[in-house]
Amino acid sequence: MVGALNAALRDALAGDPRVLVFGEDVGALGGVFRVTAGLQEEFGDDRVFDTPTAEAGIAGMCVGLALAGWRPVAEMQFDGFSYPALDQVIGHVAKYRTRTRGRVGMPIVIRIPSFGGIKGKEHHGESPETYYVHTAGLKVVAPSTPLDAYTLLTAAIADPDPVIVLEPKSRYWMKEEGELAREGPGIGRARTLREGDACALISYGAMVHRCLEAAASLADEGIECRVIDLRSLVPLDSEALGDAVRATGRAVVVHEAPRTLGMGAEVVARIMEVAFDHLEAPIARVTAPDVPYPPASLEQRYLPSVERIREAVRRVVAY
Amino acid sequence: MSTSDAAAMPTVQVLAPDGTLTGDPDVGLDAEALRELLRLMVRARRLDRECMALQRQGELTVYPPFEGQEAAQVGSAFALGPEDFVFPSFRELAAAVVRGVDVVEYLQYHRGTWHGGPYDPFANRFAPICVPVATQVVHAVGWALGAKLDGRTACALAYFGDGSASEGDFHEAANLAAVFEVPAILFCQNNGWAISVPTSAQTAAAIAARAPGYGFPGVRVDGNDVLAVYRVTREAVERARSGGGPTLIEALTYRIGPHSTADDDSRYRSTAEVDAWRARDPIDRLRRYLLARDIADEELVRRSVEEADAWVARIRADLVALGPPPEGELFEHAFAAPPADLAEQRRDLLGDG
Repeated sequence: MVGALNAALRDALAGDPRVLVFGEDVGALGGVFRVTAGLQEEFGDDRVFDTPTAEAGIAGMCVGLALAGWRPVAEMQFDGFSYPALDQVIGHVAKYRTRTRGRVGMPIVIRIPSFGGIKGKEHHGESPETYYVHTAGLKVVAPSTPLDAYTLLTAAIADPDPVIVLEPKSRYWMKEEGELAREGPGIGRARTLREGDACALISYGAMVHRCLEAAASLADEGIECRVIDLRSLVPLDSEALGDAVRATGRAVVVHEAPRTLGMGAEVVARIMEVAFDHLEAPIARVTAPDVPYPPASLEQRYLPSVERIREAVRRVVAY
Repeated sequence: MSTSDAAAMPTVQVLAPDGTLTGDPDVGLDAEALRELLRLMVRARRLDRECMALQRQGELTVYPPFEGQEAAQVGSAFALGPEDFVFPSFRELAAAVVRGVDVVEYLQYHRGTWHGGPYDPFANRFAPICVPVATQVVHAVGWALGAKLDGRTACALAYFGDGSASEGDFHEAANLAAVFEVPAILFCQNNGWAISVPTSAQTAAAIAARAPGYGFPGVRVDGNDVLAVYRVTREAVERARSGGGPTLIEALTYRIGPHSTADDDSRYRSTAEVDAWRARDPIDRLRRYLLARDIADEELVRRSVEEADAWVARIRADLVALGPPPEGELFEHAFAAPPADLAEQRRDLLGDG
């Protein structure tokens, strides 16, 4: 996935001379995860550059650069370090188009290596999506696979509005065969990764893969799950959610963010709005508990496990 | 300001409060430009007082007056060119007047008909009004970096206050400006009070004295002396445009009015203090100088006031005629193209779309 994201940045820099890539350690080092490796060498330090350790400054500079006609693609080094920038993101990045009555757009991308599962230190395994999803004026995407990471990041950079790209760190080293596609399902569209009629498994980011694993083993028990990768948290694909529930009558939502007001809450509410009559059972959520992210030795107890997902599906199907 | 502080940081001045010269009067402006400075300050104050009245009459929501700060704003904005970009906070209506921003559109903000920048920020290169203090300083640095990358000869000027200088964003902006050597001017109007907190409780040293710590020049100026403000800003503009990097300017001025119409300043400061600053009035200072030098006469002063009256009357008439914006605008500007779920929310609320 790191290579696919790198390719998306390279293609954007090559394709649009107004694109800038910057953040902490993104230059010579190529980012702590190497997502920007080689880009400074190829495009020069005017287009790809390191910043001081100043997340609010990075986000605030995006606003000024956008006003000056640039398309900033900024990196926050880690989810847990993105919080100093929230004031700029919520107060300005998200609101500027509205505040200027549509006169000034903010074609800004903020990439944030996110979520847990890499035995990280504290502040390195956060799921910050709800903060962004709840901020009107932002789009929020979270890819689950390398090829889709390319498609989503490419779409994010081309988007006229600010897009927060939450990259699942635990999938950074995932490999996938295929062609990098600029065209593909756009921001706002979910993908169906597995067909099934017993239950819909709805997730995004790294947890998509646990859902697929759970679905594969549940199939051995005769329970066929439809697996939906949301990809886009804002806008959320209500149509795909409705279709999935109309086809299955049951749903389980899975995410590694804490439960309360996590994406699961919104997904459940949307399903109630668009497909209540098709529900055969209450929707279940498999999430992290409402506690701070734990140390490495406990993180796999904290994150939704394949077994917990399977249990939830069995419960919902047996209802 | 403590004595040791004052000694450590000299204050640039051209005119004493009584209009007599204390510095070199040649700031690079001809007689007509000097008269224009007076007209602009008269106009700005007349507008500010009208806004206070409009607020009391229920035509504006909360309004933050700038009376007393005319020289700081007019002198600095006058030193900029059309290619430069201003990043105001929320009290820079006088600077907006100098930039030629549509005042009726600007005042929609205070009328409660739109947030942010109802005016076109690109038309006069004047960014939206910015209430989260110091956040706009970072925007100015970003814009200046963008201008530098484009090879443009232009600079950004960010206005902020003494309270804002305590914010983390001020520090990040100053450091980023220095590291990237951008053409940015960080213009602090130290007006003595951050709502009810005096500058002495806000910072223990001169704000301008921080600049060398970041690696660029800092200058303190008598903010009620429009010629001194023009001089130091002009120098900063020229430094910025010629690749010399940022400058921090601290203009010592005073907020004669309350923080806003929702504030009661009698709870935290004395009328004696306000009166002492009234005696250092920025408009009176320039007027006296221009009259003494025969650059202006009483007739010009009288005409300036009349022109300001007529101008403000037109603004008032246009402003009070303004109704709320169309409801559809609630939804139209959040995204370039509204997503499907937002279109649905619009149908729910407005029954259209």
